[in-house]
Amino acid sequence: MLRYILNRLALIIPTVIGISIAAFAFVRLLPGDPILAMAGEHGVTPERYEMLKEQFGYNVPIWQQYINYVLDILQGDFGTSLSTKRPVLTDFLTLFPATVELALIAMLLAIIIGIPAGIFAAVKRGSWFDQLTMGVALTGYSMPIFWWGLLLIIFFSGTLGWLPVSGRIALNFFFRPITGFMTIDSLLYGNWKAFVSAIRHLILPAIVLGTIPLAVIARQTRSAMLEVLGEDYVRTARAKGLSPSRVVNVHALRNALIPVVTTIGLQVGMLMAGAILTETIFSWPGIGKWMIDSIAKRDYVVVQSGLLLIALIVMAVNLLVDLLYAVINPRIRVQ
Amino acid sequence: MSDPVMTSSETPPIPQKVTGLRRAALAEFWHYFAMNKGAVIGLFVFAALVLTAIFAPLIAPHPFDMQYRDALLVPPVWQDGGRAAFLLGTDAVGRDILSRLIHGARYSLFIGFFVVIIALVSGVILGVLAGYFRGWVDALIMRIMDIILAFPSLLLALVLVAILGPGLFNAMLAIALVLQPHFARLVRAAVMAEKSREYVTSAKLAGASHIRLMLVTILPNCLGPLIVQATLSFSNAILEAAALGFLGMGAQPPTPEWGTMLATAREFITRAPWVVTFPGLAILITVLAINLIGDGMRDALDPKLKRS
Repeated sequence: MLRYILNRLALIIPTVIGISIAAFAFVRLLPGDPILAMAGEHGVTPERYEMLKEQFGYNVPIWQQYINYVLDILQGDFGTSLSTKRPVLTDFLTLFPATVELALIAMLLAIIIGIPAGIFAAVKRGSWFDQLTMGVALTGYSMPIFWWGLLLIIFFSGTLGWLPVSGRIALNFFFRPITGFMTIDSLLYGNWKAFVSAIRHLILPAIVLGTIPLAVIARQTRSAMLEVLGEDYVRTARAKGLSPSRVVNVHALRNALIPVVTTIGLQVGMLMAGAILTETIFSWPGIGKWMIDSIAKRDYVVVQSGLLLIALIVMAVNLLVDLLYAVINPRIRVQ
Repeated sequence: MSDPVMTSSETPPIPQKVTGLRRAALAEFWHYFAMNKGAVIGLFVFAALVLTAIFAPLIAPHPFDMQYRDALLVPPVWQDGGRAAFLLGTDAVGRDILSRLIHGARYSLFIGFFVVIIALVSGVILGVLAGYFRGWVDALIMRIMDIILAFPSLLLALVLVAILGPGLFNAMLAIALVLQPHFARLVRAAVMAEKSREYVTSAKLAGASHIRLMLVTILPNCLGPLIVQATLSFSNAILEAAALGFLGMGAQPPTPEWGTMLATAREFITRAPWVVTFPGLAILITVLAINLIGDGMRDALDPKLKRS
């Protein structure tokens, strides 16, 4: 097992270096002079231009700029945002919990609906329930989620007036973040009304972000379950006279869930892409909206380090999923 | 020692046999494809969309950029205040939404075809090279693919468009780049699996060149999964292009691209919901139809499912 882990880690190193080069290069390919962009609208005198160039380390050859960039990052320095003048890492850590909270709730929603729906559809293969579930799942999978979000706003916020349109919590609640998760923080402060407000703000964005993962999980669970139900050991279990529920829950389900776990893990990248759209629609102050705003504001430093941080997180999660997969499926780690 | 494979007298009848086989394979494909009713429905919807796109100027009741100043935000015909001249209503500057949607079909289908062709061709080339030569070529290509896949696709496309400059063409290039690694990985895996098969060895012994082995001998046998992936990428490309348009980084207004239409419609979300509803519905129907076809293709081309 240890050898497997080390192997996987060794494979990742060139990718991490590649990602850092890509993030570094992208920003230098952006149109416009970064020094002039940093100087703002007022423009600069030639002397000040040279000074800024030196201050931001643009006066050395490009490969040395890259080395300096990597050395800074290894010391936890991801640069300073041009627009907020705060360290990028500080901004990232402030906004990241908002995205994680939203993504976790969305994923939870996708799992608790998607897995049972997929199992039931497989067990009742060909029934109206199966056909309906798979029809809905394919529709969800094909959904332009930015439009789906707007529709939900029109109906639940506009017509019915039940749920708020934007933000994480009603503006009259304010407390210093402890965990950064609104739902948990409000409970820690014992503010029940704030908790309800946080939940109400979460519902629509979580539905929007969870739609595609839900569809993917339901489809994947169904096909994994169908495959397992056709295996010899399931037939044996049936033949020995076990109850159908025991066959499904004990013999089939445990094996069917192995590929589903991988599918769930692979949704993390999808969730980040979805978060960009969801957070934009619902003005959710998370990483996705931060990146979009930074691209629009041409905040090079944030785009560069944000790209790097997001890619590293997605990679780390995918690695964890791989390892988890090896834990639950011994066949992988023996190879 | 006689070598029956090498006798030239056997070569002439092969072409006819091949076309016959091909026809049989096509018939078999259609047989399995048609068993999936959803796929057939998807195919019909897609055909209708293609016809709509081709004949858009003839079908559309109004020019897509004609602004009727006396008909701003007219609701659809079945709502109070709707007019028969504007079946799905008009937008904020008085343009007929139905006509814009009909013209928008051209953009979406063009985006789909363009992106898939670029991603397919580049992905196949890289995948075949990696799978055929292995070694450092393989390592280099696949690490680059890993790097592309490490970024969330929409985010990477956004940054690329920011570099290249917003616009439909650049958006399509960016999307092709983020979709391409899926093709490369698929082709590489298929080529590696096929490479050690006996028919490849025999072709190699017969003196086939690298290029011939790669493209003529091996590649056609990897076609099944490639077609399925191409179908999925087609719908993905349409969705991503619409998302970029929605975020203001894809096609620019007044282009009647569906995502771009949604972006400009956002501010009327409470006053005129129809301006928001129909472009999104058009995206959903198109993508759903293509995904239905994709499911049918997978059923028909996956030999594992066929036997069960």
